[in-house]
Amino acid sequence: MKSVIPREVESLWTLFTAPTVWAIHFLGCYAAVAVYCAKAASLDFGFAVVRLALGGLTVLALMAIVLSAYLAWRQWGFGSGDPPHDEPTRRDRTLFQGFATLLLSGLSFVAVVYAAIPLIFIAECQR
Amino acid sequence: MMADGSSDVCRPRDLILWTSRSRFGSSSILFSALSLSGCSGPHSALDPAGPEASHVAHLFFVMLIAGIIIWSAVVAALIYASRKKRVYSEQSAGRVILWCGAILPAIILCALLSYGVWLMPAVRPWLPDDQQVHRIEVTGEQFWWRVRYLDEAGEVMFETANEVRIPVGQPAHFLLKAVDVIHSFWVPSLGGKMDMIPGRTNPLTLMADREGIYRGVCAEFCGQSHALMAFTVRAVAPDEHEAWLVERQVPGPRDAEGLAVFLKNGCGACHAISGTAAAGRIGPELTAFGERGTLAAGTLPHTQEDIARFISYPERTKPGVKMPHFGMLPEDDIKTIAAFLKELK
Repeated sequence: MKSVIPREVESLWTLFTAPTVWAIHFLGCYAAVAVYCAKAASLDFGFAVVRLALGGLTVLALMAIVLSAYLAWRQWGFGSGDPPHDEPTRRDRTLFQGFATLLLSGLSFVAVVYAAIPLIFIAECQR
Repeated sequence: MMADGSSDVCRPRDLILWTSRSRFGSSSILFSALSLSGCSGPHSALDPAGPEASHVAHLFFVMLIAGIIIWSAVVAALIYASRKKRVYSEQSAGRVILWCGAILPAIILCALLSYGVWLMPAVRPWLPDDQQVHRIEVTGEQFWWRVRYLDEAGEVMFETANEVRIPVGQPAHFLLKAVDVIHSFWVPSLGGKMDMIPGRTNPLTLMADREGIYRGVCAEFCGQSHALMAFTVRAVAPDEHEAWLVERQVPGPRDAEGLAVFLKNGCGACHAISGTAAAGRIGPELTAFGERGTLAAGTLPHTQEDIARFISYPERTKPGVKMPHFGMLPEDDIKTIAAFLKELK
């Protein structure tokens, strides 16, 4: 069966996937709320719409990070070998990258959840 | 101590007695006394005098207790690890690191963050326009506070400096501004701080739930005399506050001789006294200066000698102050002006 996800990823860019998703989510949340609150008087919809949209963005971001974590876990051999993977070989380099990506994905997951917590508690724009 | 003598949040004396019985000895007593001396007084976030400050203190104690529990658990684990002879596998150690070093802290921080964010509206209440009865505009300037009381239409009723009066039990809505650099308005006993940024007006609502005199400070470094930029907040009964607002708009009696010396030496070019020819707007308004409890933005006691000293050499008290020194004036003139200001109502 042909997999949608590539069997092997050789690029270093996979390492940055999860932090990039976090950065986009962070900027998206702050920019959306700031722009909405600045223009609220001239807009037809309430803050609930912004809250819902950003909730959707949060779910998408978390899904992207989980996918990144899964690929990293696979690259790490599903935990078959223990770190530190510091031999000067192609295999160790791949395993190290997989492990580092997995850790970064975990960190990014938590960061996205933390950035989304105020969405639950924000009552409305103050003006 | 506050006006009613209460300080329920923290009781230094109890803790000192406790340590005196313990084996830590006199050094512990000294340490406790020093570290807890900030738990009460007119300038303590741990001795709240209003609902906003109470929430801040509550947040502090929740975070403190959570921190103590986590710290104790870590130290207990450290002691256990150093004394236990049993050898654990690397896999077990890895599991402990994963759970205690990553997963549990993330969950605990999530809970504390949620609590902090949930508390935020109470810490920083928002007063709708129609409920902003007591509006006070405060402008931070190097190194003093220009205070203007506004009427319902937003017009200035009168101006004063370095002292704010608010009614007990009623929210006061502050409009915070700055003209030179960034300052920050902070009355620890009444609430959290709010920055004063040139070109912006930041709103802050504070309420005192008991009468008293509370100290406020500038909480953002603003220059040489940043640490000497303080003010007082007097929380008085609503009736007394209303009477004071009316009374302050009517010029009180002036000592003619003192006023003449004040004007002759050009003080009125920078300072204003309502009902007189002194109408300068550069320095602090001096109307009812005699009612203030302190001098030079909470820096000196309000005595005639200190007023004379400050007029002569303000730079010696407040480095970087914009007021030039007047030590070259005849001594009698300085004394007369100091006496005039001390009694100015």
